[in-house]
Amino acid sequence: MAVGKEIRSKISSIKNTQKITRAMEMVAASKMRKTKERMQASRPYARKISQIIHHLTDANPEYRHPLMVKRDVKRIGIIVISSDRGLCGGLNANLFRKVLVEMQSWYRAGIEVDICTIGNKASAFFSDLHANMIGEVSKLGDTPNQSDIIGVIKIMLDAYTQGSIDELHVFSNEFVNTMSQKPIKEKLLPVASDDLEPASGKSYWDYLYEPNASDVLNHLLMRYVESMVYQGLVENNACEQAARMVAMKSASDNAGNIIKELQLVYNKARQAAITQEISEIVAGAAAV
Amino acid sequence: MAMTIHVDIVSAEKEVYSGLVEMVFAPAEMGDVGIAPRHAPFITKLKAGEVRVKISDKESYEFYVSGGLLEVQPHLVTVLADTAIRARDIDEAAAIEAKLRAEEMLEDKSGEYDYALAEAELADAIMQLKMLERVRKRGS
Repeated sequence: MAVGKEIRSKISSIKNTQKITRAMEMVAASKMRKTKERMQASRPYARKISQIIHHLTDANPEYRHPLMVKRDVKRIGIIVISSDRGLCGGLNANLFRKVLVEMQSWYRAGIEVDICTIGNKASAFFSDLHANMIGEVSKLGDTPNQSDIIGVIKIMLDAYTQGSIDELHVFSNEFVNTMSQKPIKEKLLPVASDDLEPASGKSYWDYLYEPNASDVLNHLLMRYVESMVYQGLVENNACEQAARMVAMKSASDNAGNIIKELQLVYNKARQAAITQEISEIVAGAAAV
Repeated sequence: MAMTIHVDIVSAEKEVYSGLVEMVFAPAEMGDVGIAPRHAPFITKLKAGEVRVKISDKESYEFYVSGGLLEVQPHLVTVLADTAIRARDIDEAAAIEAKLRAEEMLEDKSGEYDYALAEAELADAIMQLKMLERVRKRGS
């Protein structure tokens, strides 16, 4: 019977699509578990080092490291961490929207922006935008190393110490839970408490440094920036897999719905064709 | 009970130790330091070696660190290690193997290897083995 051949072929093509999305969902689910473990493994270090940095800003140090001194902001450096691949829902789009909103408000205030990107998607997006890109790294895979991102960080730190940028921000996605990821902005440099002057009654202690303040602080601040960017990267990786899993799950569900509807249409058409045939036969018999 | 100080030892990979102890010993860059409760705020780089936490007169734990940072607040010590391993988890066979491999790499002058890396690996393995020996002696 030649009824609804188009519908049948459409159904089978959607079934194929569904197979792909379902496979991607399962791959993302297993990758998410691993990336999440990695994210949680490096979290204690990142938390501790930012705690130390917090103590440091509370102190009243005699020696002021260049990375701790606030300057008038004329130019801002940002590092945008994105995924390498697409098909992960609105993950990257949401992040870029946040970046653009921030950039716009900076431009309005007369502040220029330099960008370093991590991940294919951010590179493509910001080079299309003709933004001022000064560094780029991509294709880091699911198991990024700290050494992979040192180049980008060095570009930014050099720019900061040379005075070509006055602040450094990192944009990445925060892993809230499997269902939701939040784009966040984090200010890394200068490392300084937000209140302008140390309030009265605030502690006036300083660390003892060994061997000397500049050496130790240099090391500490480098490690701080490195570990914060790295943490952002592994967190973004976990977000990517979670977002992809959710997106592919909803794609599979949608495909299922469409198949159901098409099946209904197909059945109706088939029934109509049969009814018509019978009525034609009956009419023919009556005429005889 | 004696006065205690909270100590956190974390490496880039995981949290290694967290708890209240009586004293912390660490290999600072300018010589080993011992941190008792209410120590003045202090910050220093660590070299490769042994971090020891004394929980009581009878009980103490040793950790191997390959370098890192030490921060001291009056009631809180934080050890940020590049890598940290509990002494009893050091795999002697693996350490010996690493040492041999590093030595081999240093001897092989064909230029295929990164000498700085090999040297660092060798120093790391030697430190681990030394520490293991020390811990054993103390235990016996």
